Amino acid sequence: MDLLQVKRVYKSYAEHKALHNLSLHVKEQSIFGLLGPNGAGKTTLIRIINQITGPDKGEVFFQKEKLAPKHIAQIGYLPEERGLYKKMKVGEQALYLAQLKGMSKSEAKKKLKYWFEKFEIDGWWDKKIEELSKGMAQKIQFITTVLHEPKLLILDEPFSGFDPINTNLIKKEILELREKGSTIIFSTHNMESVEEICDDIALINKSKKILEGKVSEVKEAFKSNIFEIVFVGNMMAFSNALWTAFEILDKKQIENKIYVKIRATKSSDVNELLKIIISQVQVLSVNEITPSMNDIFIQKVQEVMPETLEEEADFE
Amino acid sequence: MNKIKLIIAREYLTRVKKTSFIVMTLLGPLLMAGLMIVPIWLATKDKDLQRIEVIDTTGLFIKMFDNTSELQFADGFRSIEKAKADLYEGDFTAILHIESVKKGSDVTMFYKKQPGISTIAKIERTIENVIRSAEMQRQFKVTKEQISDIQPNITVKPISIDAEGDEESKNVAIMTGIGFFAAILIYFFIFMYGIQIMRGVIEEKTSRIVEIIISSVKPFELMMGKILGIALVGLTQFLLWSILTGAIYSVIMSVFGVDASAMSQSADMMKEAGMPDISNPLQILSEGLESLPIFQIFISFLFYFIGGYLLYGALLAAIGSAVDSEADTQQFMMPITIPLIFSFVVAQTVVENPDGPMAFWLSLCPLTSPIIMMVRIPFGGVAAWELILSMILLILGFLGATWMAAKIYRTGILMYGKKVTYKELWKWLFYKG
Repeated sequence: MDLLQVKRVYKSYAEHKALHNLSLHVKEQSIFGLLGPNGAGKTTLIRIINQITGPDKGEVFFQKEKLAPKHIAQIGYLPEERGLYKKMKVGEQALYLAQLKGMSKSEAKKKLKYWFEKFEIDGWWDKKIEELSKGMAQKIQFITTVLHEPKLLILDEPFSGFDPINTNLIKKEILELREKGSTIIFSTHNMESVEEICDDIALINKSKKILEGKVSEVKEAFKSNIFEIVFVGNMMAFSNALWTAFEILDKKQIENKIYVKIRATKSSDVNELLKIIISQVQVLSVNEITPSMNDIFIQKVQEVMPETLEEEADFE
Repeated sequence: MNKIKLIIAREYLTRVKKTSFIVMTLLGPLLMAGLMIVPIWLATKDKDLQRIEVIDTTGLFIKMFDNTSELQFADGFRSIEKAKADLYEGDFTAILHIESVKKGSDVTMFYKKQPGISTIAKIERTIENVIRSAEMQRQFKVTKEQISDIQPNITVKPISIDAEGDEESKNVAIMTGIGFFAAILIYFFIFMYGIQIMRGVIEEKTSRIVEIIISSVKPFELMMGKILGIALVGLTQFLLWSILTGAIYSVIMSVFGVDASAMSQSADMMKEAGMPDISNPLQILSEGLESLPIFQIFISFLFYFIGGYLLYGALLAAIGSAVDSEADTQQFMMPITIPLIFSFVVAQTVVENPDGPMAFWLSLCPLTSPIIMMVRIPFGGVAAWELILSMILLILGFLGATWMAAKIYRTGILMYGKKVTYKELWKWLFYKG
């Protein structure tokens, strides 16, 4: 079931088109990667879902209901550019933000205690934000985002500013939140983390959606059927074993090992190939070369926009 | 609605708990009490006794000068040279040398202790009276007694008559005082707390917390919460100030024994110096207050105090949202501060002619009415329809300013790194939600 549906949304600012006929489906209890270069319209879309701004045209549905102010309490948002009141104490501030999301003071206190213990930051309650490091403040922000146990979490570059240890901590929390039933929209430029934690993705470029689907399916669609075979033996014998269904792209020899890259066509079957060559040469490894999300991102964005990436738009 | 309460509470509590707020709240009344008490205290404690030797070669002025608590006159029957030579040895602090009465310049005063303006004024008046009386005796043959019988003491009592024929006496000095006092309070309140709104908005914008907050509440709620929260801070401060000022004033008055007689003495001095008679200030004050439309003044003060603040507060919030730092506010501040300062300056002219055309129009315009109308109201010449129209216009002005500010605010708080122009602001007004 879809938790969130974005249907044919348009939004423009003065002369700048931010979103053009954009539709998305975010499945319940999944992690959805919202990808795109700077200025593509991601932040605008996120702001529309958060009801910070409204679409010019089109509709957004939350659990089959038209998005309305009552849904605010069920959404948690961690913006990319984020901050807290510098002069306010950590505890007071967290309580304030929780109450703005509709929690009662006592409930918020209880939950905050749980999270502060979990992140081992109990001692920070009476500290002012300006006394904390950036990473420490980010932890507080993460807690205030998830505190009210929102059905939908929108995390915009949640790992920026974290060291590898805390990045892992947050990653673990995100996966745990999904297990507990949250749906997460995850916007990032860090493609590695996309492959690691996302179930589905959508790629937005220049206000339009240019790619979407399950991460595994997207990668499947972009695989170019290239295999690398490493073997010891006679290159001639290897070549003879290939029939026209394969194309040799590259070969190199390091000591007695030969590395060959071949591309398979539709009618070819790597298993059949192996059956033949296995009697001719000693096969050390066979690997399918799959494109990373990073490659797919660059390839797709440059297809649409071969020129250099545009400057960041005003509405970042 | 609950959320706006939370915002108001945060804005209020974080400010009231600040050390600077507490220090200002305590220091303010001390300063104000000091301003009220020090002059009176100085007048009583520092008895500025002048002992003046009168060397009169005309013989007209023997025993003519009256002694007061600050001035003692003694007739000196010796040459001026001798008196001058003795000045630093003797008890006298000054010598009044009256050589001739034909020309004023022939009266000289030598001193070792600087005489005040009021002392000189008193001496001048006495000399003039003596000369006048001497001339009258000489030219018109009237006796001294006849002259002293004619001692007119006139004060003009302005009394207004309304259409029903009801008469009402008014004290212009008190009306002016109250009008100005109200205007000053409103002026400072708008400035001090209006700027705090702007700073608060800039703080939220630069610390980037604003995006988190407006994902929970509407930008309008955040803006109004801030404006109202800071208004409460201001009202709290003013309330504490007036309570503390009153307390400190009465404590100091009793400790230092500054009583009513001292006040009437300083009033005497002012009278000598040609200032209006306020020998019994309390009586005059209470008489003056009776003649004032106290209830009307109080209600309209509250109205213009809050209305003016809300109007300017909304505009300042909009400015705060449009810029990235306080340094950038200059170009937008000008058009807002000018009407405020202008109305404060013009208030002096309005007092001269409280029902004139300038007073009339400026007390209708929402940007100037909070100050100008408050100056006019104590004079009582403001017709009911004028007051109601002015209030309606202020409410409309406030609504208009808030509508405009909300539009600018909504776009501005999420806009970074852009030098905003007036043209840009104009465009923001018409962006759709």
